[in-house]
Amino acid sequence: MNFVVQLLSMTMSFSVALLLASLGEMFNQRAGVFNLGCEGVMAMGAFVGMLIPFTIGQGGAVSMWWYVLSYVVAAFVGALLGLLFGVITVTFRAPQGIAGIGLQMFGVGLAGALFRTFVGGTQSIPTIPKLAIPLLSKITYIGEIFFNLNIVAYLSYIFVPVAWLILFKTPWGLKIRAVGTHPRAADSMGINVNRTRYEALAFGSALASISGCFLSTAQAGLFSDTMIAGRGFIAVALVYFGHWHPLQILGGALLFTFAQSLQTGIQSLGISFPYELLVMLPYVLVVVVLSFTSRNDTMAPAQLGKPFNREIRT
Amino acid sequence: MTENSFKIVYKLSVAVLAVLIAIAISAIVLAVVGANVLDAFYMIVFQPLTSIGHISEVLLRAIPLCIVALGVCIAYRSGIINIGGEGQMAMGVIAFTGVALAMEGLPIFIHLPLAILAAILGGALWGFIPGILKAKLKVSELLSTVMLNYIAAQLYSLCLRTIYMDPAGGGTPMSKRLSSSVFLSRIGRTPIHVGLIFALILAVLVWLLMWKTTLGYKMRAAGSGARAARYGGINVAFYVTLAISISGAFAGLAGAVEIGGVHRRMIEGVTNGYGFAGVVVALFGGLHPFGIIPAAFFFGLMKYGVMRAASQMGIPANMVDVIQGITILVIVTAQMIMSNTYLQARIRRNLGKLILTKKEREEIAQNRAEGGAK
Repeated sequence: MNFVVQLLSMTMSFSVALLLASLGEMFNQRAGVFNLGCEGVMAMGAFVGMLIPFTIGQGGAVSMWWYVLSYVVAAFVGALLGLLFGVITVTFRAPQGIAGIGLQMFGVGLAGALFRTFVGGTQSIPTIPKLAIPLLSKITYIGEIFFNLNIVAYLSYIFVPVAWLILFKTPWGLKIRAVGTHPRAADSMGINVNRTRYEALAFGSALASISGCFLSTAQAGLFSDTMIAGRGFIAVALVYFGHWHPLQILGGALLFTFAQSLQTGIQSLGISFPYELLVMLPYVLVVVVLSFTSRNDTMAPAQLGKPFNREIRT
Repeated sequence: MTENSFKIVYKLSVAVLAVLIAIAISAIVLAVVGANVLDAFYMIVFQPLTSIGHISEVLLRAIPLCIVALGVCIAYRSGIINIGGEGQMAMGVIAFTGVALAMEGLPIFIHLPLAILAAILGGALWGFIPGILKAKLKVSELLSTVMLNYIAAQLYSLCLRTIYMDPAGGGTPMSKRLSSSVFLSRIGRTPIHVGLIFALILAVLVWLLMWKTTLGYKMRAAGSGARAARYGGINVAFYVTLAISISGAFAGLAGAVEIGGVHRRMIEGVTNGYGFAGVVVALFGGLHPFGIIPAAFFFGLMKYGVMRAASQMGIPANMVDVIQGITILVIVTAQMIMSNTYLQARIRRNLGKLILTKKEREEIAQNRAEGGAK
């Protein structure tokens, strides 16, 4: 039982990384932009998140406000990268798949290069402490699993319904869905299609960057070139899996984080089992899940991946 | 200036501008990571050309780049983007080493072809999976190939740590030195191996396949317009799957020549980013075999140059990724600007006074007036 509780509590605390990145990608894709550069944005976020507390405290404890600052800066850097991607894919209408690969290489490479220069070798920072909620965290099992997380995790779970509200109940959300489904109709109703896509890209990439920041400041307490380990790509796949809906994406994020936690959990039990097979599991799961979900993609935004050109008659 | 010559000037100036922008961004990043920009550029791009020893190191890196990029080119032309080169190459290495270790004692003219064939099949299998998933189940190849990269990397490490591990290696995850019957011979006294000749021959073969045969025509048709191709009676699903399988086979072969020609045992990190770099090389080479050859040389040069700059000037080795990322972003953008005839016409009109003759100006003005009258 302890083992199961440990697995589940690990899932709850660590699924934030996939969840936020996926929600960000959902906003991008709802606006019709397929952002494969998520991985690179996350890497930059993770680097920025690590850089600020490390520079201030040199690896020692620092005030929580520096962490807040690192999240803000990470969001800003992410938004900038999103806008850069917008210039390439929205303004110049470049093919989004291959441009995304470029952004991914650029982001991961730049984060690694800057890390070598400004931080150096393997350095660690104290992670954001857990915040047990009084009374609720005392409930057997449930308290341990749901009410003993860090503040970022609580906020992220609260953000899921908020994302739903933004997407389905605000004018801005409606605009995003309109430019992703039928940009020409949106254009004729006076919505600036490219501007809305830029906004969605900035917002979504800021979320991806924050999720990278979570990885370095709350989950690992360090940065390395390989720490994102395909989470950005899994996040993109999760959007398909979650049918572009925040609540289903939450389910997907929990499922995949559970698969990832299994590896740490089983290793900690000391069972001799080729750990590579466990590390492989989430990636295999992505391929299997995509095989079952991609075929009926009637839920997908109709103009996903297609640039909008006002000047061409269709 | 006539419209046609303006077109050429337009494309050329976009290309020059793109190169300048790419260099400028790289220079900024180099300056931020604290390097002397001019020294760094000299060391990365020019110094490796100054001696035979350096050039052969560059060629050594260009060989796998070229082979992987040729595969990427076939897939890209057929409408499927293969970013799984890394995993396909790893599978090639696993298969090659497996045959090399299991069938020791065979003569070289049987053993080497068998091992290479195994590598090709290994890579092709890793290309076939995303291909069939895309063709039958509409799974995005961008996601499935990346996932297969990670899966292959784990298989690689698993093999290296268990069945392939050299018991005399003192726990280092590497295989024992392979028998000489799977070595690719080296050319003269240089470290360059016959893989160089393979790469050049393959480039010609790819050109023949894609532009001179019906098979290639059908693959390119599937890539340039799937619906039209289907209407023309081409089985798009089949040709797309075939293209990415061939693409995977190329990456597998690249793995084989790396082991048989360079390392001669399986070690960690053989794939070394060649799979992703292959995509950059293919794009940089204009998705044409004869463009890929110089592009592979250029990126081999850069890979070697950055490696030297990393050890001698302390530049982070990740600069290779940064430059590759910038290259992709700039190329795809420049291509869109080049093919944007609206923008081209608008610039021509706005530059009117500078470049148009009086007669042409009057013609444009007249056209405008007529358009307004309608």
